[in-house]
Amino acid sequence: MSNAQIEIQLIASLVAIACAIPGTFLVLRKMALITDAISHSILPGIVIGFFITHDLSSPLLIILAAASGVITVVLVEFIQKTGLVKEDTAIGLVFPALFSIGIILIAQNANDVHLDVDAVLLGELAFAPFDRLLIGGTDVGPKSLWIIGTILLITLGLLFAFFKELKVSTFDAGLASALGLSPVVMHYGLMTVSSITTVGAFDAVGAILVIALMIAPAATAYLLTNDLKKMLLLSVIFGVSSAIIGYWVAHALDTSISGSMTTVLGLVFLFVYLFAPSKGLFSVLYRQKQQRIEVSLLTFLLHLGNHQEEEERHVKHLNEHINWQKVQSKSVLNLALKNNMITINNDIVSLTKKGKNFTTEAIDYIVTNKNSEIENMKDRFFLFRG
Amino acid sequence: MKEQKIAVQIDDLTVAYNYKPVLWDIDLAIPEGVLMAIVGPNGAGKSTLIKSILDIIKPIAGSTQIYGKPYKKQRSLVAYVPQKGSVDWDFPTTALDVVMMGTYGSLGWIKRPGQKQKKAALEALEKVGMLSFKSRQISQLSGGQQQRIFLARALVQNASIYFMDEPFQGVDATTEKAIINILKELRKAGKTVIVVHHDLQTVPEYFDWVTFLNVKKIATGPVKDIFNDDNLTKTYGINYKVSVQQ
Repeated sequence: MSNAQIEIQLIASLVAIACAIPGTFLVLRKMALITDAISHSILPGIVIGFFITHDLSSPLLIILAAASGVITVVLVEFIQKTGLVKEDTAIGLVFPALFSIGIILIAQNANDVHLDVDAVLLGELAFAPFDRLLIGGTDVGPKSLWIIGTILLITLGLLFAFFKELKVSTFDAGLASALGLSPVVMHYGLMTVSSITTVGAFDAVGAILVIALMIAPAATAYLLTNDLKKMLLLSVIFGVSSAIIGYWVAHALDTSISGSMTTVLGLVFLFVYLFAPSKGLFSVLYRQKQQRIEVSLLTFLLHLGNHQEEEERHVKHLNEHINWQKVQSKSVLNLALKNNMITINNDIVSLTKKGKNFTTEAIDYIVTNKNSEIENMKDRFFLFRG
Repeated sequence: MKEQKIAVQIDDLTVAYNYKPVLWDIDLAIPEGVLMAIVGPNGAGKSTLIKSILDIIKPIAGSTQIYGKPYKKQRSLVAYVPQKGSVDWDFPTTALDVVMMGTYGSLGWIKRPGQKQKKAALEALEKVGMLSFKSRQISQLSGGQQQRIFLARALVQNASIYFMDEPFQGVDATTEKAIINILKELRKAGKTVIVVHHDLQTVPEYFDWVTFLNVKKIATGPVKDIFNDDNLTKTYGINYKVSVQQ
């Protein structure tokens, strides 16, 4: 690996971490859409900053862009508070307006300078190593590495200092307010950090694709854990690994780095969405299928309990009587046999004592929702897991 | 009769959403040590009243005081149980962690909860009979269990005044009994408990003090004196007849 390659991956990783942290809280606050708005509406801030400094990586740009990000949030909330439109409409009204102001400013004034919409929206990670930071004539590394590194350090510091405040104001803003841990301060703090991160990252991955780095890792992590700290950690891991894999995919296919990073993020989410142990699609489908069989089992056991006559209990008559498909009858019979709830003699099914007890207890549990004896069956039967 | 201390004092409180008043010129003095129900129809401003006392909503006029001082100076004396539906129960956290949040107020900014806070939270979980569920993810709890967790979170604050917004909503009969027993214990210990309540039938059985609210305050006082058809009719607007056991 060349130096430039290492630097690109380092920058991408730091961007991924800096995005994953605020992203986790945005996802939990159901505010993913606001990052979309911020990522567009920082444009006028960037443009104005650029006119003043003529330097795309000046700190003033970051400050002005962050300010326009926060203005977006304030405007969205202001419009929403009128009660005339809902939040999504308010977001849809605000960010195109700010974004287009940025576009007009560029079109009017930036024809002779190096600033175009593509540079702001898409970024170009491959060029990042060429823009060096020189201190007293000494090369100390790529500028964007220093910018994003600083932003990341601030983000981490804020996260460690205010983790408890962020958690309680995200989970229960009313309680946070009553406890004196102002959720409003936390809200705008998070918005400011998100805006700063977005503008800090736009050099590397572009202002639009930063949305993917904020939302996708957090959304993926959310499917895998029930613990906020682990969710943060997993978001970081997903973000960094997708960024690095994305880089090498782009290298192999000779294509856009930020494009392939985002594609990898999407694929990782898809994989987890399908295969996550408890919240994944397949796991949910399996659970639903098992529950269906278990409900059928109960119906079947009830039927057996209610009928003594042999023709009602013949294996072959099950299909016709309870109106089931062959496959379903078979899996229900197997489940009952496996649990010693029935015996089959010459194709005549009889309820065992255990089966009888189970039926009464299960019905009892479903009606009253309290039977401590059923607790130990939760591991074997999905039906009782609530 | 000895002079009773006033726990919560509300003067000329008016609260409006978008300039439409939801609470209109409320005067209310809640004596220390009562177990009080706030009753009234939907949209009567019951939750809003609690939220304005707790400084979550800013009133457009009037003031509220906790033991003679503004709420901001008396936070440590007050515990709050919001409506169960006001939070996202899919939030990635455990029952114990939610209860620990009750200690955040006394910790203040930045300081992290430690062993002492954890011990207090475990004790509160035990009090509400939820100790064995401490590591359970909160979405895996039933509605009644979630309400118990919220109650434990208030208990851990070890406050003097408890505000509860519909603690019996969507809970089974066993949990309702368990919760009311804990509330009665709190009153016995000299605490003041204020509950937004919906089930008029149980008011005389559960509470000793009641406030009728419908945008304006209709009446407030001991249940045995003022919980009658007249006040119910004034509050709910229809001709109310409940048999009140006295």
